[in-house]
Amino acid sequence: MSTAAQTRVNTRKAARRTSGRATRRPWTPSQIVLTLLGAAVSAVFLAPLAWALFTSLKSETEAVEVPTHWLPKDWTTQAWSAIFETGNITNWFVNSLVVSVCVTAVVLSVGALAGYGFARTEFRGKGFLLGLVMTGLMVSPAVLGVPLFTTVQQMGMVDTYWGMILPQCAPAAMVYILYKFFQGIPRELEEAAFIDGAGRWRVFFTIVLPLSRPSLAAVGIFTFIASWNNFLWPYMVTNNPDLMTMPNGIATVMNSYGIQWAQLMAGGLMAGLPLIVVFVFFQRQIVTGVAHTGLAGQ
Amino acid sequence: MTATSAQTVIAPTRARTAAAGATVRRKQGFQHGGWFVAPFLALFALFVIWPLLRGLYLSFTDANISGDATSFIGLDNYREALDDPLVWESLGHSAYFTLLVVPCITVLAFLLAMLAHHIERGKWLWRLCFFAPFLLPSTVAANLWQWLFNPGTGMINHVFGIETAWLTDKSYAMLAVVVCTLWWTVGFSFLLYLAALQGIPAHLYEAARLDGANAWHRMVHITLPMLRHITGLVIALQILASLQVFDQAVVMMDFLPGPEGSTRTFVQYTLEEGFTSYRVGYASAISIIFFVIIAAVALARMWLLRNREEGGR
Repeated sequence: MSTAAQTRVNTRKAARRTSGRATRRPWTPSQIVLTLLGAAVSAVFLAPLAWALFTSLKSETEAVEVPTHWLPKDWTTQAWSAIFETGNITNWFVNSLVVSVCVTAVVLSVGALAGYGFARTEFRGKGFLLGLVMTGLMVSPAVLGVPLFTTVQQMGMVDTYWGMILPQCAPAAMVYILYKFFQGIPRELEEAAFIDGAGRWRVFFTIVLPLSRPSLAAVGIFTFIASWNNFLWPYMVTNNPDLMTMPNGIATVMNSYGIQWAQLMAGGLMAGLPLIVVFVFFQRQIVTGVAHTGLAGQ
Repeated sequence: MTATSAQTVIAPTRARTAAAGATVRRKQGFQHGGWFVAPFLALFALFVIWPLLRGLYLSFTDANISGDATSFIGLDNYREALDDPLVWESLGHSAYFTLLVVPCITVLAFLLAMLAHHIERGKWLWRLCFFAPFLLPSTVAANLWQWLFNPGTGMINHVFGIETAWLTDKSYAMLAVVVCTLWWTVGFSFLLYLAALQGIPAHLYEAARLDGANAWHRMVHITLPMLRHITGLVIALQILASLQVFDQAVVMMDFLPGPEGSTRTFVQYTLEEGFTSYRVGYASAISIIFFVIIAAVALARMWLLRNREEGGR
């Protein structure tokens, strides 16, 4: 017993050692050059974010001082406390959260059902409806903003949560991606369950959904990012500062009475940082999610 | 249900009936899926199909936003749109933007992916750095670059020691929007390329190395051909997204059309007509024209893909 455990520990140690050795390969000249190049390019990519952070830590007068300088001379959190005290930024943050969470939840449930329905069941008019979904791939608030707005206006949903959320909940692209994915699941798994007497819904919930967790995660992550960052639709459908989402509030309200750059940068970081922090922790899932969703467009 | 009760009554034929019941059930299992798609179709009909049809209808009327009585005016809106210089101008701006952004993003994303793929250490760090801007809302990216491009107090002019009026000179304004867009969105295409690079089987490179191919040959004869599909996808997605540019341009120019209207994009023009001039009918007509353009691009891509597949076989 103890020897078995001992060997197991030993092999695990050995495995760790070899994997450690694999990552600590010697620095070849080409690796040094590539790493330096990577560091330089990364610096260029991060510089604007650093600039935003440093600006947000200057006072408003120092922010617009000429000549411009990177680091604040007097570090101050004035701008940050100002946006929390005077602005609606906490409101916007909550609105963004509510809208993105609702949109993601609805898109996932409605999209999974529809993707499965199109992939695995037969009903009258399926071919025609699939064609309609393909047409829907070409429609967006950018393309048909005005008619979409008048429709939502007719329903009395301007300046409401419903008006912001529901029109974001019918993304043909996500249904199409899930449809493609469900088609790839072997039919035999479901057939076996049908023979055992399981109903359609049970098969869907106990066999198909657990198998498709990675795809659902991909679609969910992509939807959340898109919804959190969506500007155009909330911009069209809300005028009420209490209902605005982060991107919307920052762009319209904070830009309207003479820009205060330190505050604007602080607000921008507030809107952008949550996703970046989440990204640091769930990097692998987000990378595969975005790549998977994008690649499914093939 | 009937199959099960039959089984219990007639014992000898049990096996056969059970088998028949199973086939029936299996078939039924894949039938009547209407309920699965119903919730999506309801939302889709309300917020995609209906606005599309409504836009088509409105485009033949002189509707305005306050809902006054509208009358049917036939093709007048379309006739006006063809003669409207701003339609052509704004369409030109969107096309110009697309023409600049698409090649730059494709090449840049490819180079970044090659870089991140070939550095052995700290892969997650490179991915984070190149992809992070994509996680910002478009308006935040736009505000940030508006601030960087600011002629007096911005960093760009300071770093390069120049005094270009990026945002107020009409020959530079769109370039500023392009630079902001590149920084903000290249991460998405970068990830697609990175995933594709990781999907190229390693044995291809090993075989090539045994045959004495150098790094350049391996790239030209293996990497680039293997990435052809993904390049097509990146270009198509970027064309469709770039034609619909709105957020960055509008925010960087303080919600105005830029110096001498030089950054007024097509989407911006439809919204100006609809929400500023209150001409819903006319705005719908030019939106429908825009929809046709977008659909033509998307269909052209599908057609190209199908042709290529058939040619490959």
